[in-house]
Amino acid sequence: MSENRVVVIGGGLAGLASTMKLTELGVHVDLISLTPVKRSHSVCAQGGINSCNDQTRQLGDNEWKHMDDTVYGGDFLNHQPPVKEMAYWAPKVIDLMDRLGVPFNRTGEGFIDRRRFGGTLYKRTAFAGATTGQQLLYALDEQVRRREAEGMVRKFEFWDFCGLIQDDAGRCRGAIAQDMVSMKFQAFPADAVVVATGGCGLVYGRSTMSVFCTGSAAARCFKAGAKYGNGEFIQVHPTAIPGADKLRLMSESARGEGGRVWVPRTPQDPRAPKAIPENERFYFLEERYPKYGNLVPRDIATREIFDICVNEGLSVESDRQCVYLDLTHIPRQELDRKLGGILEIYEKFQGVDPRDEPMKIFPAVHYSMGGLWADYVKSADGGLEPGAPRNHMTNIDGLYAMGECDYHYHGANRLGANSLLSCIFTGLFTGPSIVNHINSHSGAGYKNVPQSDIDAAMKREQDRHDHLLAGTPGSDENPYLIHQELGDLMTRVATVVRRNDQLTDALEKVDELHKRAMRVSLSDTGTWTNQNVIFAKSVQDMFPIAKAILKGAFLRDECRGAHYKPEFEKPSLTAEDPVERRRQAEEWCDAFEENNRKYLKSTIATWNEATMQPEITYEDVDTSLIPPRPRLYGLVGAEDIEKVWKERAAALANQGKPTVDMLAHA
Amino acid sequence: MIALEPSAKKRPEFINVRVRRQDAPDKEPYWELHKIRYETEMNVISVLQRIAAQAKTKDGKKVNPVAWDCGCLEEVCGSCTMVINGKVRQSCSAIVDRLLVDNPDEIVLEPMTKFPVIRDLVVDRQRLFNSLKRVKAWVPVDSYYDMGAGERQLMAQQEQNYPLSQCMSCGCCLEACPQFNKIELTKKQGETDEAFEARKKAAYDESFIGAHAISQAMLFNNHPTGKSLATERVEALMEPGGVQACGNAQNCVAVCPKEIPLTTSIARAGRAATVRAIKRWFE
Repeated sequence: MSENRVVVIGGGLAGLASTMKLTELGVHVDLISLTPVKRSHSVCAQGGINSCNDQTRQLGDNEWKHMDDTVYGGDFLNHQPPVKEMAYWAPKVIDLMDRLGVPFNRTGEGFIDRRRFGGTLYKRTAFAGATTGQQLLYALDEQVRRREAEGMVRKFEFWDFCGLIQDDAGRCRGAIAQDMVSMKFQAFPADAVVVATGGCGLVYGRSTMSVFCTGSAAARCFKAGAKYGNGEFIQVHPTAIPGADKLRLMSESARGEGGRVWVPRTPQDPRAPKAIPENERFYFLEERYPKYGNLVPRDIATREIFDICVNEGLSVESDRQCVYLDLTHIPRQELDRKLGGILEIYEKFQGVDPRDEPMKIFPAVHYSMGGLWADYVKSADGGLEPGAPRNHMTNIDGLYAMGECDYHYHGANRLGANSLLSCIFTGLFTGPSIVNHINSHSGAGYKNVPQSDIDAAMKREQDRHDHLLAGTPGSDENPYLIHQELGDLMTRVATVVRRNDQLTDALEKVDELHKRAMRVSLSDTGTWTNQNVIFAKSVQDMFPIAKAILKGAFLRDECRGAHYKPEFEKPSLTAEDPVERRRQAEEWCDAFEENNRKYLKSTIATWNEATMQPEITYEDVDTSLIPPRPRLYGLVGAEDIEKVWKERAAALANQGKPTVDMLAHA
Repeated sequence: MIALEPSAKKRPEFINVRVRRQDAPDKEPYWELHKIRYETEMNVISVLQRIAAQAKTKDGKKVNPVAWDCGCLEEVCGSCTMVINGKVRQSCSAIVDRLLVDNPDEIVLEPMTKFPVIRDLVVDRQRLFNSLKRVKAWVPVDSYYDMGAGERQLMAQQEQNYPLSQCMSCGCCLEACPQFNKIELTKKQGETDEAFEARKKAAYDESFIGAHAISQAMLFNNHPTGKSLATERVEALMEPGGVQACGNAQNCVAVCPKEIPLTTSIARAGRAATVRAIKRWFE
């Protein structure tokens, strides 16, 4: 095989998994990252990684149910073939991570221990203390270092990916990146480019994400013509520690290990939390969702916490919003063993020991379910066709997207402990696909990219850089302040609750801010380690994504997963009379079906550089494996609706169409 | 964070921040005083963010924003190490209220001294990662194909390995170590990038490897598959700059933000090296 070279952008779990697998297949990799890859944002993932396992299997679990929980939790906006493939790979992924030395917590007998996470009734989640993402990332980082020592990987750390090299046919032939120390640009011709650059939390100013998660790499592909899918689906994590610089995650595993969320029944009860007797505490999640309790899916927990503080006025404190997350009933030793890492974070940053006193938490922007649109090839059994070159390829030939910056897996709401899985899975699974793509273009590889294409791309980036350093005469726009304004606005209108009047208003304001961002004036115009210009570029590139989020949210007049518009919320059943209640349930199901016909679609944004606006179209979602059904966690009248729904599904089945039960037992 | 210092009733209106700056590797360092408005719940990261946004000294002189390195802001990525009020630590977990209790007049920020300064508070820690290659800090699996689960491991083994595996390569242990000295090479005229990198690597390879890498060697030597390279790792630690270069000052363990038992690892490595030396004798 002649030498091949792939550029991987991003050194988190997805980028490293991709790099590992590609090198194993004999492909050389240039790995470009804003930070030493070991410091990538995957380190912040705390709780764990899901797969069905020997223990859950004996309780009736299987891969199919993992897929079912994932798409039900995601409100059916997930593409089912990739989700299926992921769920079936999950046990194998965990086995591999185990072999690579990830120190998963063990049972007394030495098996991998599991805990329960949100949106499922099974204990599927493997974990390494409460720093599972860090431990997984380190295992992959070590393998990539091994490949680097063998000469298969060249790392370019502290390099900023600026844009693609594309040929006349539009095919991606490499990337341009900038050394953030010397500020020099370099072209990286390649046989294929992988973008694995994570989420876009910084569009919201403060979030649970690391400072690298600006979304600018995805935005640069978006601006180059890549489609962006489901942008409006942003997960707000129910439990984070508010802070001035960052909203620090408090993992769902705190609830998975028995943590209870509550507020005093008396608003702003001045007593210390432990002095408040049980009957004066409101365990609102447990009361409202008896089946899942504190482990309802994240979108629901988030809305309930938001609601209890904002609408019901039951926040623990009067001058800021927060609720208690209580672990104090669990023995200290057990807490240290299973949650040590996150409890230390709370203690360090808040100065209070959460083993003694309940934590105070509030929701925060956490994850982008949406991202770069990418293709896949469905296999005969409903999963993905292994090795098909189109798996995870964006609409730009030769450009692949994987990990958090793709869009298929998590639908309208991601389940906890599924993201680490989707990142590692996509990185590993797509290796052979990329190799086959390369082979289908033999003779037009990285060594013979037309020089004119390289030069054009280099010039474009150099010009942009020079233009920024030169500044705009008469303008003193400050990129840091613009970022702050953007973040405040996005947090206000495009998080937990969305309203069309606010979104319309925000679209206008963001457009105005975008124009201001394009004429920023830098306080540093130097040519050495200029963080100011790198940041200014990333702020400018947040706007295409911000606009895709806002416009997608504005146009989607429904409630689905993390996207919640109260104006379009489906009502609970109110009638007491059985006949009337039945009628209401029928009506509810009619409305549900009608709504799905309209909105059970992927939102697809394409960037129009002339208008500086995204254009939105819709694509069908592949729901061929599990027919969509109402998501009824905690709704009043759920039993009646479910009954009607099952009858309808049975009627369809009689006509020969597949239903959940039939497929589940297939 | 109000719970932090309930006794500190008098909160200042402004904070003075003294920063040791350096424009580039070949430039002289200098001090600069910044003044920012005090807010509750600040850490050194938010202080630096305010400084970057205002880009003005206390005297009102317009200056370039201070360059610094940061990532997760929750003390798991290892990016933001610097010397704060004379002590090496992560700047994200350096809480302003606590710093002001120790020194109400000002906060002093300096880059780490054992690594070459790139600019201001940003240093080049490549050497730290290079050390991980010296001890082959990885599990040499055959392939990334599905071959079933790894070996069963007892809880006690996991509990021994997990703390070592939390090392985030922040470099605090190296900054505090009397045996770890700065290596700063400059590119010679006409030298290619590759040649310069190779020269740096050669210099790094014979210098003290550092507590973090010794500890990683012990971590992988305690893994069922990782230990297949145990002899190679121990031999790497017996070379110049290996475990015998440790002067047993025990500073490393005192400054480690993750409280990793580094000196225990060093002691284990020392014993393994002794055993290996005796074995070699008989070979």
